[in-house]
Amino acid sequence: MDYAATTPLDKKVFKAMEPYFSEKYGNPSSIHSFGQETQAAIDKARDQVVKFLNCKPSEIVFTGSASESDNMAIRGLLKALKRRKREGEKVHIVTSSIEHKAVLETCHDLEKDGVKISYVPVGRDGIVNLDDLKAEITPETDLVSIMYVNNETGIIQPIKKIGNLLEEMNKTKEHRIFFHIDAVQAANWLSCDTQDLKVDLLTLSGHKIYGPKGVGVLYIKQGTPISSIITGGDQEWGLRAGTENIANIAGMGAAIEQIKSQKSKIKSIIKLRDKLVKGVLGKIPDSKLNGPRKDEDRAPHIANFSFRGIEGEALVMTLDREGVAASTGSACTSRALLPSHVLMAMGLEELEAHSSLRMSLGKYTTEKEINYFLKILPKVVERLRKISGR
Amino acid sequence: MYSKKVIQHFSKPKFFGKIKNPDVIGTAGNPRCGDLLTLYLKFSKQKAGSRKQEKITDIKFETLGCAAAIAASDMICELVKGKTPDEALKVSFQDVSSGLGDLPPIKIHCAQLVTEALKDAIEKYKQKS
Repeated sequence: MDYAATTPLDKKVFKAMEPYFSEKYGNPSSIHSFGQETQAAIDKARDQVVKFLNCKPSEIVFTGSASESDNMAIRGLLKALKRRKREGEKVHIVTSSIEHKAVLETCHDLEKDGVKISYVPVGRDGIVNLDDLKAEITPETDLVSIMYVNNETGIIQPIKKIGNLLEEMNKTKEHRIFFHIDAVQAANWLSCDTQDLKVDLLTLSGHKIYGPKGVGVLYIKQGTPISSIITGGDQEWGLRAGTENIANIAGMGAAIEQIKSQKSKIKSIIKLRDKLVKGVLGKIPDSKLNGPRKDEDRAPHIANFSFRGIEGEALVMTLDREGVAASTGSACTSRALLPSHVLMAMGLEELEAHSSLRMSLGKYTTEKEINYFLKILPKVVERLRKISGR
Repeated sequence: MYSKKVIQHFSKPKFFGKIKNPDVIGTAGNPRCGDLLTLYLKFSKQKAGSRKQEKITDIKFETLGCAAAIAASDMICELVKGKTPDEALKVSFQDVSSGLGDLPPIKIHCAQLVTEALKDAIEKYKQKS
């Protein structure tokens, strides 16, 4: 129950990838027919993504991962912004304190180069407040980067409202504020219509949507300035050098196309998630769900809990021994030894954040699995509480 | 990431729990790093005039922490039981780590934490007697 970490490769997706390992191996940049058949595979995949995002083929770049897409969006934009800053005026990015590390660490890194970054806080509900965001925007702001669905809590951010707000502000602003969203955890569940969301840049990942690992997408709205951060060849409109990973790109396209057929499963996943939440809170004393309970505020697949008197890594290790895979926001899984920045930003106590458990469901999750988890969890928690004496 | 020994001591610790009326309690850790541990120690009574030092006759732990912290807590108990306070103080975090088949580098602080708790207990004990 760790689908937010990664998803299994869909069989149909694997089938779409299969020819491009040893059978069709041409370099798409070659003019001969071997090259052309793999170029056709990339074109097909691009069209599949275009339909999903409601955009143009020239607005899609295939990358090596969502982290790369996030980096390209932020670094590539800053590199391309040739706008002349006034004396002492800095490049300014507004992001949130609950972003994925691919955005957050990139921003930290840019800060060292003198880029000004503002981190908008979130409320106890884990949602970015529009007024707080607005307050951080200054005449020098160049980019707003906010994730669509948080990967630790499943909480949905008000992307459409932010898109509208920025559109309004851009009318009177001297220069444009560009809007990037990381939609990695949203793609399976929510509309990613770029026209509707009013975003300029959007990141997707292959392996969170039953596609392969090692492929991502960056949508770049026409007219958005972006410079290549990987130079060398003219692949992907000259924005991402390197011979294309045809199998992965074909897999990305097929995986995106599969999402449509999954939409019917949303209701059943919500039902399973509700059973999970009700079961955990009912069976485990001193447990809590982190974030709001309202359906409209959360993606269907993630539930994040805290338990008094236990530590998340020990809990995940014990569950693993019982055959259940889950995740935690405990520091003990990170080198920094600090608990989840997301849960801390939501105002949790340190021990609560250390005791967190993220359960995430997917299209292959069964009621039987939920029942089994709810059966073993009480004794696992009880045992760890005995060891902690708390 | 973990050795078999860590998993063994984590999943089947022998020394967890409380001791009723312990001679001394040692603690270490803080909520920030997420590890909080308590050691309960009991010593053999010293005979009047005897030059022999008292020994740790019983030791138990309660640990809120990750698998490595729990395993290290169990290991320090195993290593110092039956030792005199001075002998126990000589047990280093490296001893705890190697007793567990070497902790991963990012978990070495767990071994340091349990030796801190032991040191805390023994210093308190020495002040008392």
